[in-house]
Amino acid sequence: MARMATRQRVVISTIGAWLFGFLIFFPILWMVLASFKTELEAFAIPPSFLFFHWTLENYATVQERSDYFHHAMNSIIIAGGSTLIALLIAIPAAWSMAFSPTKRTKDILLWMLSTKMMPPVGVLVPIYLIFKTFGLLDSRIGLVFILCLGNLPIVIWMLFTYFKEIPRDILEAARMDGATIGRELVYVLTPMAIPGLASTLLLNLILAWNEAFWTLNLSTSNAAPLTTFIASYSSPEGLFWAKLSAASTLAIAPILVLGWFSQKQLVRGLTFGAVK
Amino acid sequence: MKHVLGAVCGASVLLVVPAMAETTLTIATVNNGDMIRMQGLTGEFTKKNPDIAVKWVTLEENVLRQRVTTDIATKGGQFDVLTIGTYEVPIWAKKGWLVPLANLGADYDVADLLPKIKDAVSADGKLYAAPFYGESSMVMYRTDLFEKAGLKMPEKPTWDFVIDAAKKLTDKNAGTYGICLRGKAGWGENMAFLSAMANSYGARWFDEKWEPQFNTPEWKTTLTTYVNLMKEAGPPGASSNGFNENLALFNAGKCAMWIDATVAASFVTNPKDSKVADKVGFALAPNTGLGKNANWLWAWNLAIPAGSKKTEAAEKFIAWATSKDYTKLVASKEGWANVPPGTRTSLYQNDEYLKVAPFAKLTLASIDAADPNKPTVKPVPYVGVQYAAIPEFQGIGTQVGQQFSAALAGSMTVDAALTAAQSATEREMKRAGYIK
Repeated sequence: MARMATRQRVVISTIGAWLFGFLIFFPILWMVLASFKTELEAFAIPPSFLFFHWTLENYATVQERSDYFHHAMNSIIIAGGSTLIALLIAIPAAWSMAFSPTKRTKDILLWMLSTKMMPPVGVLVPIYLIFKTFGLLDSRIGLVFILCLGNLPIVIWMLFTYFKEIPRDILEAARMDGATIGRELVYVLTPMAIPGLASTLLLNLILAWNEAFWTLNLSTSNAAPLTTFIASYSSPEGLFWAKLSAASTLAIAPILVLGWFSQKQLVRGLTFGAVK
Repeated sequence: MKHVLGAVCGASVLLVVPAMAETTLTIATVNNGDMIRMQGLTGEFTKKNPDIAVKWVTLEENVLRQRVTTDIATKGGQFDVLTIGTYEVPIWAKKGWLVPLANLGADYDVADLLPKIKDAVSADGKLYAAPFYGESSMVMYRTDLFEKAGLKMPEKPTWDFVIDAAKKLTDKNAGTYGICLRGKAGWGENMAFLSAMANSYGARWFDEKWEPQFNTPEWKTTLTTYVNLMKEAGPPGASSNGFNENLALFNAGKCAMWIDATVAASFVTNPKDSKVADKVGFALAPNTGLGKNANWLWAWNLAIPAGSKKTEAAEKFIAWATSKDYTKLVASKEGWANVPPGTRTSLYQNDEYLKVAPFAKLTLASIDAADPNKPTVKPVPYVGVQYAAIPEFQGIGTQVGQQFSAALAGSMTVDAALTAAQSATEREMKRAGYIK
């Protein structure tokens, strides 16, 4: 009897989980479906789910009108570059705060997070002027720099949380064996924090990939990533859902595939330290 | 080491801007059909001007506005040619943000520009932008439904006729609605329509002393009429419908009438996109006999920001894209039905165009009927038909639009919406120093 009840519970929770998963995934599925519809069908009420005239016309138009690979390459460089630099700065910062905390460590961490509390548009004009002065407008280096700064607080916070979970005794043992700070960081701490590092890297990559405020405002054409590619398909006068969906599908495809293959790492990293 | 070197070389190649022609123009524009066509024809321009290369930046309208405003205010110099609306031209010209277009060439026929459109893009007698395409608004209606109901649309309908017809033509069970109008909040969305409608009812945004006028009976009549009409004869969820939503509804055969931009005429009569392409008639926007129709005036224009260092090349491009020859070029490549409308008198005298554009006459009549310098029955201190060309209007217009959209959705009464609109506008106008 008890076994049956457990079985029932498993079935119900499985169905529930699938339903919930489908619900979360639905907007993406809808976008992909819309990208294969004609403009009229994409806007039709009531909407058709699967039985419509499937077409690749939108992808052809998008391909013909914009240089997808130019934008994709910019996204890879900007998201990848900003993530790597952020990690290089954040690892030693988080390490020092996790293993040698001072009275002010908590305040510093809170202060860092507080920079994320201001809406970015509040500093748009000063940042724009700085970028103009240093010739960074519409440059990949400029965008790498700003996205790195923008995500740094989150990266430091995440790494700080992971590092805090690592027993101090192990580091002390390494020190007893004569490891220098550099060796301790590279050979002891980093390998132990790999799941945490991987999930921080992935999350930061996704955040940087999807960042649409700075990338739209500080780039024009040379450094324009996929966010500007998507933005160029919204139209004030004319139907555009199908083409916009095709552009969005193309834009999220690389990061979706990456997320799919690394979801184990991501989940493991995000729940790291959740249960003691 | 080899790998590292290779990676560094690869990265530096990616970071270096490829060598191009002498002058590279960066042009910011919106994603409208006519602009996309212009992008496609850029090769024709660069063929004639081999020393000029062109780069396009296409953005969503509001993103473009924000992007371009930031750049122009900080003199960032990221753009050489801008696509801006008639709302921005007088404001930006006054601030010294735009270069006056004085050298468009001897064969650029300025006198051929439609007078109302030319007025809208000029300040102090100087042309600050060249109109690329212009539009007004008009009634688009289903001839088959009108015939079936025994109704005949006059060329200059009154609001009474339109309201009556909308009620008669509504068949909610069959999913047909008498009228589709904008309801989505925004200064360029529902407020474009409602400001134009209010003009026809004798209302105005501000009196001569910049006092907001939402507490007047004219505004109350306008908003009450609009809300009641949409409740009785409009589609469900109208408070979230903008141009594109209504276009989709009309094309799917759900609306008997639609009052919106004249540029929609070519979309609703295109058999590829519209189920009712051969059943559409056109009429002037409605009036109440006070001398103003409920139609607006808008144009998308090309202008040069004051920060650009490539003025000469930019003027060459603008002269090319807004010339009579460009119209002919589009006609030769894509047919007369696809030429950008509403900017030049000569287009409306061209028989070939008139043959393929059944809406041409009404478009011209609508544009002629709108007067940005005298938009209302009573005098006003501002320029603009469906907007007041002051920098504060975007913010105020959207706030008021939200109240009116809420009234349409039924979450607010008409009176409450008008009171809220009045106090919000008063507050902003006081803050900006127009009134005490």
